[in-house]
Amino acid sequence: MSKAHPWMANSVPEIKNEMLAALGLNSVESLFSQIPEDHRYNKPMNLPPQLASEVSLSRHLDDLMRKNVTCADNLSFLGAGAWPHYVPAICDEVVGRYEWQTSVFGSPTSDHGRNQAWFEFCSQIGALVEMDFVGLPVYSWGCAIGHSVRMASRMTGRRKVLIPAIMDPERLSVLRNYCEPREMARHIEIVEVAMTGEGVIDRADLRAKMDDSVAALYIETPSYLGIIDPDPGELCQIATGAGAEAIVGADPLSLGLLEAPGAYGATIAVGPTQPLGVHMNAGGGVGGFIASPDEERYASEYNTLNISIGETVKEGEYGFGLTLFHQTSYGSRDEGKDWTGNSVYLWSLANAAYMAAMGPEGFAEIGRLIMDRVRFARAQLGSIPAVRVSSGPVFKEFVVTFDKARVVDVNKALQAKGIFGGKDISGEPGIEGQAMLVCITEIHTEDDIGKFATALKEVLT
Amino acid sequence: MNAPVSDRSKAQFDGYQAPRWAEPVVMEMTCKGRRGVVFDDAPAPDLPAGAMRKTPPALPEMTEHDALRHYLHLSQMTLGMMGVSLFGTCTMKYNPRLGERAALTHLADIHPLQPADTLQGILELYSNFSDFLCEVSGMDQFVFQAGGGADAAYTHACVTRAYHASKGELEQRDQIITTIQTHPCSPATAHAAGFEVITLSLEECGYPSLEQLKSVIGPRTAALMINNPDDMGIYNPDIKEWVRLVHEAGGLCFYDHANFNGVMTRLRARELGFDACMYMLHKTFGAPKGGGGPAVGAYGCAEHLVPFLPSPLVVREGDGFALDDDRPESIGRVREFWGNAPQVLKAYAWARAMGADGLREAADISVLSNNYMDKRLGEVRGVSRSNPSVTAPRMEMTRHSVEQLTKDTGCTIVDISNRMADFGIDALWLSHEPWLVAEPFTPEAGELWSKEDIDYWIDVLERVVSEAYATPEIVKTAPHNAPIHQLKGSDMADPATWATTWRAYVRKHGLAMAAE
Repeated sequence: MSKAHPWMANSVPEIKNEMLAALGLNSVESLFSQIPEDHRYNKPMNLPPQLASEVSLSRHLDDLMRKNVTCADNLSFLGAGAWPHYVPAICDEVVGRYEWQTSVFGSPTSDHGRNQAWFEFCSQIGALVEMDFVGLPVYSWGCAIGHSVRMASRMTGRRKVLIPAIMDPERLSVLRNYCEPREMARHIEIVEVAMTGEGVIDRADLRAKMDDSVAALYIETPSYLGIIDPDPGELCQIATGAGAEAIVGADPLSLGLLEAPGAYGATIAVGPTQPLGVHMNAGGGVGGFIASPDEERYASEYNTLNISIGETVKEGEYGFGLTLFHQTSYGSRDEGKDWTGNSVYLWSLANAAYMAAMGPEGFAEIGRLIMDRVRFARAQLGSIPAVRVSSGPVFKEFVVTFDKARVVDVNKALQAKGIFGGKDISGEPGIEGQAMLVCITEIHTEDDIGKFATALKEVLT
Repeated sequence: MNAPVSDRSKAQFDGYQAPRWAEPVVMEMTCKGRRGVVFDDAPAPDLPAGAMRKTPPALPEMTEHDALRHYLHLSQMTLGMMGVSLFGTCTMKYNPRLGERAALTHLADIHPLQPADTLQGILELYSNFSDFLCEVSGMDQFVFQAGGGADAAYTHACVTRAYHASKGELEQRDQIITTIQTHPCSPATAHAAGFEVITLSLEECGYPSLEQLKSVIGPRTAALMINNPDDMGIYNPDIKEWVRLVHEAGGLCFYDHANFNGVMTRLRARELGFDACMYMLHKTFGAPKGGGGPAVGAYGCAEHLVPFLPSPLVVREGDGFALDDDRPESIGRVREFWGNAPQVLKAYAWARAMGADGLREAADISVLSNNYMDKRLGEVRGVSRSNPSVTAPRMEMTRHSVEQLTKDTGCTIVDISNRMADFGIDALWLSHEPWLVAEPFTPEAGELWSKEDIDYWIDVLERVVSEAYATPEIVKTAPHNAPIHQLKGSDMADPATWATTWRAYVRKHGLAMAAE
């Protein structure tokens, strides 16, 4: 290299020579003597040219990324696992702090601040779902479902999970991997429970399928299609009555208005963390939480890292450190619970700042606002001929069905008008006809919704 | 003999002061009626009684300023890389701020389900970076869906299932072989994917012998999952033969390239015969670790495994790129959508700023710096290095031990680590479980840290070692200059008192709820 690299302090030739001299060497080559000659790759790497200066690298990234069209350029009604929520500016500032962005783990004393912030993430999730034990986050909501189903299977010794017949295909695909193929000895069978015409779990079908072979019932409210179950507690009781775990997936942003899973009898709560102050990031904003009662039979099955508050040797001072570490794969390798690794801990700091700034009234207020905008959107879209909008209580997503048009064509035409329509769910299991899943949040104004309705009307005529 | 302590080190010994804010738990900072974020008013919706929340969540009520200030205080009480962190196995790197800015500017508002024609920039970047990593590894395709290195190991376990299932051999091939020095994520994910795990033990040379491997391979072998060099800096020179033998038995070979930094541009996983490998973009490729993600385990494989890769796959289509989700043999998703795109962008930017020459330079410096450290550490009283019979230079890190010092003084490596924090040195990486070396520590300088930083780090260690021999109580009761004092620990291990949430703490300790 012709000049010292800005990210490599020891690329200064004199420094390298000093270190070589300390080792009594003239070159680095002999330091690689462990690698046998016939293991070495001796050809030059055929890589694109180095962009050594920040200005040229920055320009390259800008040029490349300008080929995208974003949801800031367009009006977007896409949700389904990554949602366009407002991210308060303080969340970006907190997440952007170099101290915890670059570092990895440290110790409870040297890196006290991050440990406390993690505890506060868990504490605030616990407050929302009304459960006492919360682990550090996992990769995603789908992964949280997977881990919690496996927890339930280990706890009950049973190998079957009941799930809603209509479930997000992304999350379902993740869950299928976690449940292992039939050929594996520890395979967990996935059984679907029928949904009613209103899009909620069919109680009769659930009762028929629930028995002492079931490890867990997994339900979501709001569901994949946005539908709020009128009495999720009833579903939980059916599960726990048969000795199964009642796992509830809930959007934490709905929990200012909707009942906390812990209050109606869920035994494990899971959900997404992206709605809590994290940008969509092309899907790279997703994260998941797992919560349960603080009972040993649950706590001892977590695969997550877990942070407890505890006393220091100084009277009245507390700190935050790992608990139950031995049961993770870091502590016990393949005898640990599933596996543990890098997850989305940085996002949990955005989540913590978000929940703290929102407070109880912020959650109630955003819930009311979203549901009011959804009401407005359903009225606007529902008044368009040959368009049908689902009825019944929904949170931030709802299904729009087209009598004559194909969603793929509708969305293409909308895109030409600068609008990303809802996710095309036509052909997905349990979905009848041509349908899109429309997402409306606090970022959508009535004006935005009006534009959407007008454009849709134009597209359909 | 010891190197003389530099003036710079002497000044830093006395000059460092950790920030201490005595920050309450956020739940304690509440004041009824205060607001941090507000929204427009809207009428309460008509909700079924069974679905409606009865009691507001017990979250703090605080202003925006107080919320911001609280979390900034906490960030300041995170030493990490604000001091010197040679946290081995994690390959601590500078995370270029350009990557942060570019990711936030360009990717924050992208939805993963947007039409492909609106994702051309990021898909091209994915494709270019896959090509880059293919050249570096010899593989044919990379994917970025896995949310970390362990998730990429899990991806491999899932790909292994699909591969053997496609041949009708999955029921038969139910064992995955690994070694005790391979990162725990390989055995753990193999087990979580349903396999039985066989763990080979180390022998005199620092790795398992070929005979040991031969004794466990056979018709039940599904895969080998292994890293090389290992965390002690020891390279297994038989690895090509290992791969050949496992292939001969019908198994797949997965190379956990966690310790890639020292061998970049010098060897390629595919040339060694491996079917698949992974790189951790959040360590080797300069994306931030974030204290534990969001991360990316970039998983790459040879052509015969491509059909099984997770979907969607970024593919070329005409002049542009598309997301192919119609792949019948694919394992589907290990995580929703197509990966931590911001981290992929940051890693791509890092890689482009390095180029082939930069990668070689970084590998050279990592190994040179480690051997420089190794030499100086060899002169520190009470410190020894693992596998003394392995005399060849170690790769980018070396495992050391303070076993002798502990015998002499009663100070453990944890005490030493705590005391070093008093001088601005973040916790040492000790070793993965189980500890094969007593009182271990594993520093890794990588290409980031300057010789001055490395010297300071060793100067601090020498000073603390001197203290251990002279005044061990100071070391055992450390830290004295950290945001908080030593944790008692016992209450966190006891189900009666541990608390992972404030709710649990309040309940167990009989305090009134903060919200009341």
